[in-house]
Amino acid sequence: MTSIGTGYDLSASTYSPDGRIFQVEYANKAVENSGQDLSHSTAIGLRVKDGIILAVEKLVHSKLLIPEANRRIQTLDRHLGLATAGLLADGRQLANRARDESANFRDSFRSPAPVKYIADRLGSYIQVYTLYSSVRPFGISTIIGGVDQNGPSLFVIEPSGVFFGYHGAAVGKGRQLAKTELEKLKLSDLSMRQAVLEAARIIYLVHDDSKEKTFELEMSWVGNDTNGLHVPVPKDLLSEAEQKAKAALEDFE
Amino acid sequence: MDHFPTNWGRPRNDGFDAYGTYPIAQRPYNGLGNDVFSEGVQRTQQPIVTGTSVLAIKYKDGVMMSADNLASYGSLARFKDVQRLHPVGNNTIIGAGGDMSDFQYIQALLDDLMVEEFTEQDGHALGPGEIHEYLSQVMYARRSKMDPLWNSLIVGGVQDGKRFLSYVDLLGTTYSASTLATGYGSYIAQPLLRKAVEGNEDVITEEEAVKILEQSMKVLFYRDARSLNKYQIAKITGDGVAISESRSVDTHWSFADGIRGYGAQTQ
Repeated sequence: MTSIGTGYDLSASTYSPDGRIFQVEYANKAVENSGQDLSHSTAIGLRVKDGIILAVEKLVHSKLLIPEANRRIQTLDRHLGLATAGLLADGRQLANRARDESANFRDSFRSPAPVKYIADRLGSYIQVYTLYSSVRPFGISTIIGGVDQNGPSLFVIEPSGVFFGYHGAAVGKGRQLAKTELEKLKLSDLSMRQAVLEAARIIYLVHDDSKEKTFELEMSWVGNDTNGLHVPVPKDLLSEAEQKAKAALEDFE
Repeated sequence: MDHFPTNWGRPRNDGFDAYGTYPIAQRPYNGLGNDVFSEGVQRTQQPIVTGTSVLAIKYKDGVMMSADNLASYGSLARFKDVQRLHPVGNNTIIGAGGDMSDFQYIQALLDDLMVEEFTEQDGHALGPGEIHEYLSQVMYARRSKMDPLWNSLIVGGVQDGKRFLSYVDLLGTTYSASTLATGYGSYIAQPLLRKAVEGNEDVITEEEAVKILEQSMKVLFYRDARSLNKYQIAKITGDGVAISESRSVDTHWSFADGIRGYGAQTQ
């Protein structure tokens, strides 16, 4: 970034001479960084035959925190879930907006909102924060997953506001490694249970042990196995997945 | 005749006395503080498409409720496939009499509420107690705006292993009892239900409860000119909610043969 310090990075409303918006690029950096109010972690999403699995590596920055409290995966509607990497508070704000969007769609059309519609609305919402010098772009990458009339779908929204649909998605610090692992999977053939096990394995794999920080695995799913509801993965399946993930990690090393 | 050409072809303001035809003290005043819409704004002043009675009783395993499938347009039996028993969450049913469009609005309102609670993901779900309280607040708020939701509602369910049965209406009035009925049913069926149920709430089996409701629905069909011999029965137990398919009871009308006003008239 040779153009840093040239003054073009002070506002999201100014392009640099080579056509970049530095504030948006810095927002992408914020997604990976560490700190107490930042997640410093990885989130992944898997789209399989009859459902979606979301998983996050939730770093525990203090031993005083209550285990399993402060959930990182949020529920937007009966059929919609959202996981973020980056600034936690930005994730909350976005989830609240998403809940409003979903409720508005429901009120207007008396049917649950398609996942793509919510991704589109959130993408537009995030993009607006890249236009003005008075606001800061969102410091989060978002995975939004759910099941609608067209089956399961999964989207990732970046701080710039662009969104793409994926079969498998990874955002945050360990996304590169997670993506290569996701690419090895035959996602369209997996059952939801199998996908839960794979998701747990990938999160354990991408966790960076060197930082001495422990982490919690948080997973949710939505699809045929859950009657179309976005709910946390049940405790017994979660602990089974964790055990298998740990075993697989030892084999790997 | 209006003698001001600029007013020709324009709407007339009857409030303005252009020719001073009134004594000054009696002239209509259109200035501030006189809301010209105060008498023009129309609120819901009568129900249009209506459902009739809802019946509900407590029994051994929970709560049972019934309502017919008719939505009347005045005295016309307009819609004969309307479900007036509506599940909310996993252990609550509301039954509605009164205006059916207001009831549909209430259904949407409750759906939004349930989604909002679901997204909290805190392990708590709203039960019949909370839903009834919410409804009573909504109904009372609307009647206080002089714009009531024109329904009488019965909320039934099982919460923490205890039966819940309560009533709320367009005025926000609430009460609880082991038997409840709305509309015409509160005159005709309520005494029958009380006789059958009161004191026996912990004894009545599911089969007996169905019989009690069937009997009352039959009497209502004979007596209530806005009823239909096609109704549903819902039960709420600790296991959840079940609403039956539409059913009917056998009725006999031979007694009506000679009564003027019942059958085809010969003279």
